[in-house]
Amino acid sequence: MLSVQLTKQLAHYEMAIQFDVGAEILVLAGPSGSGKTTVLNCVAGLLHPDSGLIVSKDRLFYKSGEKPLPARDRQIGYLFQDYALFPHMTVEKNIWYGVKKKQYKEDLHTVKQLLHVLGIEHLLQKYPHQVSGGEKQRVGLARALATRPSVLLLDEPLSALDKETRQQCQEELLRLHNIWQIPFIIVTHDLDEAEKLGDRILYLDQGHIADEKPIKHLATV
Amino acid sequence: MDYSPLILSLKVAVISTFFVFLAGVFIAYLLSKRDFFGKSILEALFLLPLVLPPTVVGFALLILFGKKGWIGSWLLEWFDFQIVFTWIGAVIASIVVSFPLMYQSAAAAFESLDERLSNAARTMGASEWRVFWTVVFPLAWPGLLAGLVLSFARGLGEFGATLMLAGYIPGKTDTIPMAIYFAVESGQMEKATFWVVIIITFGFSLILWVNWWSKRNIRRFSRM
Repeated sequence: MLSVQLTKQLAHYEMAIQFDVGAEILVLAGPSGSGKTTVLNCVAGLLHPDSGLIVSKDRLFYKSGEKPLPARDRQIGYLFQDYALFPHMTVEKNIWYGVKKKQYKEDLHTVKQLLHVLGIEHLLQKYPHQVSGGEKQRVGLARALATRPSVLLLDEPLSALDKETRQQCQEELLRLHNIWQIPFIIVTHDLDEAEKLGDRILYLDQGHIADEKPIKHLATV
Repeated sequence: MDYSPLILSLKVAVISTFFVFLAGVFIAYLLSKRDFFGKSILEALFLLPLVLPPTVVGFALLILFGKKGWIGSWLLEWFDFQIVFTWIGAVIASIVVSFPLMYQSAAAAFESLDERLSNAARTMGASEWRVFWTVVFPLAWPGLLAGLVLSFARGLGEFGATLMLAGYIPGKTDTIPMAIYFAVESGQMEKATFWVVIIITFGFSLILWVNWWSKRNIRRFSRM
Protein backbone atom coordinates (compact mmCIF):
# COMPACT_ATOMS: atom_id res chain seq x y z
CA MET A 1 0.00 0.00 0.00
CA LEU A 2 1.38 3.34 -1.08
CA SER A 3 -0.08 6.70 -0.30
CA VAL A 4 1.03 9.78 -2.19
CA GLN A 5 0.10 13.36 -1.66
CA LEU A 6 2.36 16.07 -3.00
CA THR A 7 2.75 19.53 -4.42
CA LYS A 8 5.71 20.67 -6.45
CA GLN A 9 6.42 23.80 -8.44
CA LEU A 10 7.45 22.83 -11.97
CA ALA A 11 8.56 25.09 -14.80
CA HIS A 12 5.09 25.89 -16.16
CA TYR A 13 2.64 24.98 -13.43
CA GLU A 14 2.32 23.79 -9.87
CA MET A 15 1.76 20.10 -9.52
CA ALA A 16 -0.75 18.99 -6.91
CA ILE A 17 -1.69 15.36 -6.82
CA GLN A 18 -3.03 12.80 -4.41
CA PHE A 19 -3.68 9.09 -4.75
CA ASP A 20 -3.48 5.78 -2.93
CA VAL A 21 -2.49 2.54 -4.54
CA GLY A 22 -2.89 -0.99 -3.27
CA ALA A 23 -1.54 -4.21 -4.75
CA GLU A 24 -2.90 -3.20 -8.13
CA ILE A 25 -1.66 -1.72 -11.37
CA LEU A 26 -2.13 2.01 -11.39
CA VAL A 27 -1.52 3.74 -14.70
CA LEU A 28 -0.57 7.40 -14.86
CA ALA A 29 -1.58 8.53 -18.32
CA GLY A 30 -1.39 11.91 -19.95
CA PRO A 31 0.44 14.01 -22.52
CA SER A 32 4.16 14.56 -22.23
CA GLY A 33 5.01 17.32 -19.81
CA SER A 34 1.99 16.56 -17.63
CA GLY A 35 4.22 15.57 -14.71
CA LYS A 36 3.93 11.77 -14.84
CA THR A 37 7.62 11.01 -14.50
CA THR A 38 7.99 13.65 -11.81
CA VAL A 39 5.51 11.69 -9.70
CA LEU A 40 7.58 8.52 -10.11
CA ASN A 41 10.79 10.34 -9.24
CA CYS A 42 9.22 11.80 -6.10
CA VAL A 43 8.07 8.34 -5.00
CA ALA A 44 11.53 6.91 -5.74
CA GLY A 45 13.27 9.73 -3.87
CA LEU A 46 15.21 11.04 -6.87
CA LEU A 47 13.28 14.31 -6.61
CA HIS A 48 11.60 15.82 -3.60
CA PRO A 49 8.20 17.50 -3.50
CA ASP A 50 7.80 21.00 -2.07
CA SER A 51 5.30 19.66 0.41
CA GLY A 52 3.15 16.62 1.01
CA LEU A 53 3.28 13.14 2.43
CA ILE A 54 4.48 9.89 0.87
CA VAL A 55 4.06 6.71 2.86
CA SER A 56 4.63 3.13 1.80
CA LYS A 57 3.59 0.26 4.06
CA ASP A 58 3.87 2.46 7.18
CA ARG A 59 7.32 3.63 6.12
CA LEU A 60 7.61 7.39 5.83
CA PHE A 61 9.29 8.36 2.54
CA TYR A 62 8.57 12.04 2.64
CA LYS A 63 6.87 14.48 4.94
CA SER A 64 6.90 18.26 4.70
CA GLY A 65 9.57 19.72 6.93
CA GLU A 66 11.32 16.44 7.61
CA LYS A 67 14.42 15.01 6.02
CA PRO A 68 13.28 12.78 3.14
CA LEU A 69 14.22 9.11 3.21
CA PRO A 70 17.09 8.67 0.70
CA ALA A 71 16.31 6.76 -2.51
CA ARG A 72 18.60 3.90 -1.48
CA ASP A 73 16.55 3.17 1.64
CA ARG A 74 13.14 3.13 0.01
CA GLN A 75 13.09 -0.41 -1.40
CA ILE A 76 11.60 0.76 -4.66
CA GLY A 77 11.89 -1.04 -7.95
CA TYR A 78 12.26 1.42 -10.81
CA LEU A 79 12.20 0.47 -14.47
CA PHE A 80 13.49 3.55 -16.28
CA GLN A 81 12.54 4.60 -19.76
CA ASP A 82 15.08 2.86 -22.01
CA TYR A 83 15.80 0.72 -18.93
CA ALA A 84 19.12 2.37 -17.86
CA LEU A 85 20.95 -0.96 -17.78
CA PHE A 86 24.61 -0.61 -16.82
CA PRO A 87 26.39 -0.92 -20.18
CA HIS A 88 29.68 -2.09 -18.65
CA MET A 89 28.17 -5.00 -16.72
CA THR A 90 26.84 -8.31 -17.94
CA VAL A 91 23.13 -9.03 -17.68
CA GLU A 92 23.89 -11.19 -14.66
CA LYS A 93 25.76 -8.42 -12.85
CA ASN A 94 23.02 -5.97 -13.73
CA ILE A 95 20.38 -8.20 -12.18
CA TRP A 96 22.37 -8.90 -9.02
CA TYR A 97 23.46 -5.28 -8.53
CA GLY A 98 20.86 -4.42 -5.91
CA VAL A 99 21.01 -7.67 -3.95
CA LYS A 100 22.77 -7.34 -0.61
CA LYS A 101 25.47 -9.90 0.10
CA LYS A 102 23.91 -11.16 3.28
CA GLN A 103 20.59 -11.67 1.51
CA TYR A 104 22.20 -13.62 -1.30
CA LYS A 105 20.81 -17.00 -0.27
CA GLU A 106 17.24 -15.83 0.21
CA ASP A 107 17.30 -13.85 -3.00
CA LEU A 108 18.80 -16.62 -5.10
CA HIS A 109 15.37 -18.19 -5.28
CA THR A 110 13.71 -14.90 -6.24
CA VAL A 111 16.25 -14.24 -8.98
CA LYS A 112 16.00 -17.77 -10.36
CA GLN A 113 12.24 -17.49 -10.48
CA LEU A 114 12.48 -14.12 -12.22
CA LEU A 115 14.92 -15.47 -14.80
CA HIS A 116 12.59 -18.38 -15.44
CA VAL A 117 9.38 -16.37 -15.64
CA LEU A 118 10.97 -13.82 -17.95
CA GLY A 119 12.84 -16.45 -19.96
CA ILE A 120 16.20 -14.70 -19.87
CA GLU A 121 18.44 -17.42 -18.39
CA HIS A 122 20.39 -17.69 -21.62
CA LEU A 123 21.33 -13.99 -21.59
CA LEU A 124 23.26 -13.88 -18.33
CA GLN A 125 26.75 -13.61 -19.79
CA LYS A 126 25.80 -11.03 -22.43
CA TYR A 127 26.25 -7.28 -22.26
CA PRO A 128 23.22 -4.99 -22.65
CA HIS A 129 24.25 -3.88 -26.13
CA GLN A 130 24.22 -7.52 -27.24
CA VAL A 131 20.55 -8.15 -26.47
CA SER A 132 17.37 -6.97 -28.19
CA GLY A 133 15.01 -4.25 -27.01
CA GLY A 134 12.45 -6.70 -25.63
CA GLU A 135 15.17 -8.62 -23.83
CA LYS A 136 16.54 -5.43 -22.32
CA GLN A 137 13.11 -4.66 -21.00
CA ARG A 138 12.93 -8.09 -19.33
CA VAL A 139 16.40 -7.68 -17.88
CA GLY A 140 15.39 -4.28 -16.54
CA LEU A 141 12.30 -5.81 -14.95
CA ALA A 142 14.31 -8.65 -13.42
CA ARG A 143 16.83 -6.15 -12.04
CA ALA A 144 14.12 -3.95 -10.54
CA LEU A 145 12.33 -6.91 -8.92
CA ALA A 146 15.45 -8.77 -7.72
CA THR A 147 15.67 -6.47 -4.70
CA ARG A 148 12.17 -7.57 -3.74
CA PRO A 149 10.78 -4.02 -3.71
CA SER A 150 7.57 -2.99 -2.02
CA VAL A 151 6.52 -0.92 -5.04
CA LEU A 152 7.45 -1.14 -8.72
CA LEU A 153 7.62 2.04 -10.79
CA LEU A 154 7.67 1.76 -14.58
CA ASP A 155 8.37 4.76 -16.78
CA GLU A 156 7.09 4.21 -20.33
CA PRO A 157 8.17 0.58 -20.08
CA LEU A 158 7.03 -0.42 -23.57
CA SER A 159 7.49 2.70 -25.64
CA ALA A 160 10.82 1.59 -27.15
CA LEU A 161 9.45 -1.73 -28.42
CA ASP A 162 7.87 -2.73 -31.70
CA LYS A 163 4.19 -3.65 -31.79
CA GLU A 164 4.57 -7.41 -31.52
CA THR A 165 7.12 -7.34 -28.69
CA ARG A 166 5.00 -4.77 -26.97
CA GLN A 167 2.00 -7.08 -26.82
CA GLN A 168 4.14 -9.89 -25.46
CA CYS A 169 5.58 -7.63 -22.81
CA GLN A 170 2.16 -6.37 -21.79
CA GLU A 171 1.12 -9.95 -21.09
CA GLU A 172 4.32 -10.47 -19.19
CA LEU A 173 3.78 -7.42 -17.01
CA LEU A 174 0.30 -8.63 -16.10
CA ARG A 175 1.66 -12.07 -15.32
CA LEU A 176 4.45 -10.67 -13.16
CA HIS A 177 2.01 -8.52 -11.28
CA ASN A 178 -0.12 -11.57 -10.56
CA ILE A 179 2.87 -13.33 -9.04
CA TRP A 180 4.37 -10.39 -7.14
CA GLN A 181 1.21 -8.73 -5.84
CA ILE A 182 2.75 -5.35 -5.06
CA PRO A 183 1.67 -1.91 -6.29
CA PHE A 184 2.81 -1.26 -9.87
CA ILE A 185 2.72 2.33 -11.05
CA ILE A 186 3.05 2.57 -14.81
CA VAL A 187 3.57 5.81 -16.66
CA THR A 188 2.44 5.89 -20.29
CA HIS A 189 1.12 8.30 -22.87
CA ASP A 190 -0.47 5.46 -24.83
CA LEU A 191 -4.14 5.24 -23.88
CA ASP A 192 -4.72 1.77 -25.36
CA GLU A 193 -1.83 0.48 -23.32
CA ALA A 194 -3.19 2.23 -20.24
CA GLU A 195 -6.51 0.47 -20.64
CA LYS A 196 -4.94 -2.89 -21.30
CA LEU A 197 -2.63 -2.80 -18.26
CA GLY A 198 -4.34 -0.67 -15.68
CA ASP A 199 -6.63 -1.72 -12.89
CA ARG A 200 -7.08 1.98 -12.44
CA ILE A 201 -6.08 4.92 -14.62
CA LEU A 202 -5.29 8.44 -13.49
CA TYR A 203 -5.26 10.97 -16.32
CA LEU A 204 -2.81 13.72 -15.61
CA ASP A 205 -2.92 17.15 -17.11
CA GLN A 206 -0.71 20.05 -16.05
CA GLY A 207 0.16 18.30 -12.80
CA HIS A 208 -3.40 17.61 -11.73
CA ILE A 209 -5.58 14.55 -11.93
CA ALA A 210 -8.00 15.43 -14.71
CA ASP A 211 -9.92 12.17 -14.66
CA GLU A 212 -9.89 8.85 -12.87
CA LYS A 213 -11.15 5.62 -14.30
CA PRO A 214 -11.43 2.18 -12.75
CA ILE A 215 -10.99 -0.35 -15.53
CA LYS A 216 -11.26 -4.04 -14.93
CA HIS A 217 -10.91 -6.88 -12.50
CA LEU A 218 -11.10 -4.37 -9.68
CA ALA A 219 -13.11 -6.93 -7.75
CA THR A 220 -10.22 -9.39 -7.83
CA VAL A 221 -7.72 -6.99 -6.29
CA MET B 1 75.73 9.73 -21.18
CA ASP B 2 74.01 10.91 -18.05
CA TYR B 3 70.49 9.51 -17.84
CA SER B 4 69.49 11.40 -14.72
CA PRO B 5 67.21 13.85 -16.66
CA LEU B 6 65.09 10.91 -17.85
CA ILE B 7 64.74 9.47 -14.39
CA LEU B 8 64.05 12.84 -12.83
CA SER B 9 61.47 13.73 -15.49
CA LEU B 10 59.65 10.46 -14.99
CA LYS B 11 59.74 10.87 -11.21
CA VAL B 12 58.36 14.41 -11.39
CA ALA B 13 55.68 13.50 -13.95
CA VAL B 14 54.52 10.37 -12.11
CA ILE B 15 54.24 12.09 -8.75
CA SER B 16 52.54 15.20 -10.10
CA THR B 17 50.13 13.11 -12.20
CA PHE B 18 49.20 11.09 -9.13
CA PHE B 19 48.13 14.20 -7.22
CA VAL B 20 46.58 15.86 -10.26
CA PHE B 21 44.48 12.75 -10.98
CA LEU B 22 43.16 12.49 -7.43
CA ALA B 23 42.42 16.20 -7.11
CA GLY B 24 41.06 16.57 -10.64
CA VAL B 25 38.67 13.62 -10.38
CA PHE B 26 37.51 14.53 -6.89
CA ILE B 27 36.92 18.22 -7.58
CA ALA B 28 35.35 17.65 -11.01
CA TYR B 29 32.92 15.07 -9.59
CA LEU B 30 32.01 17.30 -6.66
CA LEU B 31 31.34 20.27 -8.93
CA SER B 32 29.52 18.22 -11.57
CA LYS B 33 26.70 17.53 -9.11
CA ARG B 34 26.33 21.09 -7.88
CA ASP B 35 25.41 24.46 -9.19
CA PHE B 36 26.21 27.45 -7.04
CA PHE B 37 26.98 31.13 -7.27
CA GLY B 38 30.57 31.65 -8.40
CA LYS B 39 31.00 28.18 -9.89
CA SER B 40 32.04 29.53 -13.27
CA ILE B 41 34.54 31.87 -11.63
CA LEU B 42 36.04 28.95 -9.75
CA GLU B 43 36.23 26.91 -12.95
CA ALA B 44 37.86 29.78 -14.81
CA LEU B 45 40.44 29.94 -12.03
CA PHE B 46 41.16 26.21 -12.43
CA LEU B 47 41.68 26.59 -16.16
CA LEU B 48 43.74 29.78 -15.94
CA PRO B 49 47.20 28.10 -16.01
CA LEU B 50 46.23 26.69 -19.41
CA VAL B 51 46.15 30.11 -21.04
CA LEU B 52 48.76 31.96 -19.01
CA PRO B 53 52.39 32.07 -20.11
CA PRO B 54 54.29 29.51 -18.01
CA THR B 55 56.50 32.29 -16.72
CA VAL B 56 53.48 33.95 -15.15
CA VAL B 57 52.55 30.69 -13.45
CA GLY B 58 56.16 30.36 -12.30
CA PHE B 59 56.10 33.91 -11.02
CA ALA B 60 52.95 33.26 -9.03
CA LEU B 61 54.47 30.08 -7.61
CA LEU B 62 57.58 32.01 -6.58
CA ILE B 63 55.39 34.52 -4.76
CA LEU B 64 53.77 31.62 -2.90
CA PHE B 65 56.69 29.26 -2.36
CA GLY B 66 59.73 31.55 -2.46
CA LYS B 67 61.81 32.09 0.66
CA LYS B 68 59.75 35.16 1.45
CA GLY B 69 56.55 33.78 -0.06
CA TRP B 70 53.38 33.13 1.93
CA ILE B 71 53.78 29.39 2.06
CA GLY B 72 57.56 29.34 1.49
CA SER B 73 58.42 31.47 4.52
CA TRP B 74 56.12 29.39 6.68
CA LEU B 75 57.71 26.12 5.51
CA LEU B 76 61.17 27.56 6.10
CA GLU B 77 60.34 28.75 9.58
CA TRP B 78 58.57 25.65 10.84
CA PHE B 79 60.21 22.82 8.91
CA ASP B 80 63.45 24.41 7.77
CA PHE B 81 62.41 23.30 4.34
CA GLN B 82 62.81 25.10 1.05
CA ILE B 83 60.93 24.29 -2.15
CA VAL B 84 62.70 26.65 -4.54
CA PHE B 85 65.58 24.99 -6.40
CA THR B 86 64.48 21.44 -5.49
CA TRP B 87 62.82 18.70 -7.53
CA ILE B 88 59.74 19.17 -5.35
CA GLY B 89 59.47 22.62 -6.91
CA ALA B 90 59.39 20.90 -10.30
CA VAL B 91 56.58 18.64 -9.04
CA ILE B 92 54.56 21.64 -7.85
CA ALA B 93 55.05 23.46 -11.14
CA SER B 94 53.92 20.32 -13.01
CA ILE B 95 50.87 19.94 -10.82
CA VAL B 96 49.72 23.49 -11.41
CA VAL B 97 50.16 23.46 -15.19
CA SER B 98 48.66 20.00 -15.76
CA PHE B 99 45.70 20.28 -13.38
CA PRO B 100 43.54 22.17 -15.92
CA LEU B 101 43.91 19.34 -18.43
CA MET B 102 42.84 16.72 -15.90
CA TYR B 103 40.02 18.85 -14.57
CA GLN B 104 38.66 19.56 -18.03
CA SER B 105 38.75 15.93 -19.13
CA ALA B 106 37.18 14.71 -15.90
CA ALA B 107 34.45 17.37 -15.92
CA ALA B 108 33.57 16.47 -19.52
CA ALA B 109 33.57 12.76 -18.70
CA PHE B 110 31.23 13.20 -15.74
CA GLU B 111 29.04 15.63 -17.65
CA SER B 112 28.43 13.11 -20.44
CA LEU B 113 27.32 10.34 -18.08
CA ASP B 114 23.66 9.43 -18.10
CA GLU B 115 22.37 10.50 -14.69
CA ARG B 116 19.71 7.79 -14.88
CA LEU B 117 22.38 5.12 -14.50
CA SER B 118 23.46 6.57 -11.16
CA ASN B 119 19.83 6.98 -10.18
CA ALA B 120 19.10 3.36 -11.10
CA ALA B 121 21.93 2.32 -8.77
CA ARG B 122 20.53 4.53 -6.00
CA THR B 123 17.05 3.03 -6.27
CA MET B 124 18.69 -0.38 -5.89
CA GLY B 125 20.09 0.63 -2.52
CA ALA B 126 23.60 1.70 -3.50
CA SER B 127 25.39 4.25 -1.33
CA GLU B 128 26.95 7.31 -3.02
CA TRP B 129 30.35 5.67 -2.57
CA ARG B 130 29.22 2.53 -4.35
CA VAL B 131 27.48 4.53 -7.08
CA PHE B 132 30.76 6.30 -7.74
CA TRP B 133 32.99 3.25 -7.82
CA THR B 134 30.71 0.81 -9.64
CA VAL B 135 28.92 3.09 -12.09
CA VAL B 136 30.40 6.58 -12.42
CA PHE B 137 34.10 5.75 -12.35
CA PRO B 138 34.11 2.79 -14.79
CA LEU B 139 31.90 4.63 -17.27
CA ALA B 140 33.90 7.84 -17.06
CA TRP B 141 37.20 5.95 -17.21
CA PRO B 142 37.96 6.52 -20.92
CA GLY B 143 37.68 10.28 -20.37
CA LEU B 144 39.60 10.10 -17.10
CA LEU B 145 42.36 8.10 -18.75
CA ALA B 146 42.63 10.68 -21.53
CA GLY B 147 43.04 13.37 -18.89
CA LEU B 148 45.58 11.26 -17.03
CA VAL B 149 47.71 10.78 -20.12
CA LEU B 150 47.47 14.45 -21.12
CA SER B 151 48.48 15.51 -17.61
CA PHE B 152 51.37 13.10 -17.59
CA ALA B 153 52.63 14.31 -20.95
CA ARG B 154 52.19 17.92 -19.88
CA GLY B 155 54.08 17.25 -16.65
CA LEU B 156 56.85 15.55 -18.55
CA GLY B 157 57.24 18.50 -20.89
CA GLU B 158 56.85 21.28 -18.34
CA PHE B 159 59.55 23.91 -18.77
CA GLY B 160 58.73 27.56 -18.06
CA ALA B 161 57.20 27.41 -14.61
CA THR B 162 59.69 24.74 -13.58
CA LEU B 163 62.60 26.93 -14.59
CA MET B 164 61.25 29.81 -12.52
CA LEU B 165 60.59 27.70 -9.42
CA ALA B 166 63.11 24.88 -9.51
CA GLY B 167 65.82 26.39 -11.67
CA TYR B 168 68.45 24.38 -13.47
CA ILE B 169 70.68 22.45 -11.13
CA PRO B 170 72.41 19.51 -12.85
CA GLY B 171 71.68 16.28 -11.05
CA LYS B 172 68.94 17.95 -8.99
CA THR B 173 66.39 19.75 -11.11
CA ASP B 174 67.44 19.01 -14.67
CA THR B 175 64.38 17.44 -16.25
CA ILE B 176 64.53 16.55 -19.95
CA PRO B 177 63.12 19.88 -21.25
CA MET B 178 65.60 21.68 -19.01
CA ALA B 179 68.47 19.51 -20.23
CA ILE B 180 67.51 20.25 -23.85
CA TYR B 181 67.46 24.01 -23.32
CA PHE B 182 70.80 24.18 -21.55
CA ALA B 183 72.43 21.70 -23.93
CA VAL B 184 71.48 23.95 -26.87
CA GLU B 185 72.60 27.02 -25.01
CA SER B 186 76.03 25.54 -24.38
CA GLY B 187 76.31 24.27 -27.97
CA GLN B 188 75.97 20.54 -27.18
CA MET B 189 73.64 19.85 -30.10
CA GLU B 190 74.15 16.08 -30.01
CA LYS B 191 73.03 15.86 -26.42
CA ALA B 192 70.01 18.05 -27.15
CA THR B 193 69.08 15.92 -30.16
CA PHE B 194 69.24 12.79 -28.07
CA TRP B 195 66.71 14.11 -25.54
CA VAL B 196 64.51 15.59 -28.25
CA VAL B 197 64.25 12.20 -29.95
CA ILE B 198 63.52 10.50 -26.63
CA ILE B 199 60.73 12.87 -25.70
CA ILE B 200 59.13 12.87 -29.18
CA THR B 201 59.16 9.07 -29.32
CA PHE B 202 57.68 8.87 -25.88
CA GLY B 203 54.93 11.40 -26.53
CA PHE B 204 54.04 9.85 -29.85
CA SER B 205 53.75 6.31 -28.46
CA LEU B 206 51.63 7.56 -25.60
CA ILE B 207 49.11 9.21 -27.89
CA LEU B 208 49.09 6.20 -30.21
CA TRP B 209 48.41 3.88 -27.32
CA VAL B 210 45.57 5.99 -25.88
CA ASN B 211 43.89 6.21 -29.27
CA TRP B 212 44.18 2.49 -29.80
CA TRP B 213 42.93 1.78 -26.30
CA SER B 214 39.90 4.05 -26.50
CA LYS B 215 38.90 2.68 -29.90
CA ARG B 216 39.07 -0.85 -28.56
CA ASN B 217 36.93 0.07 -25.58
CA ILE B 218 34.45 2.31 -27.27
CA ARG B 219 32.12 -0.58 -28.08
CA ARG B 220 32.00 -1.89 -24.58
CA PHE B 221 31.46 1.50 -23.05
CA SER B 222 29.11 2.85 -25.68
CA ARG B 223 25.57 3.64 -24.76
CA MET B 224 22.89 1.08 -25.38
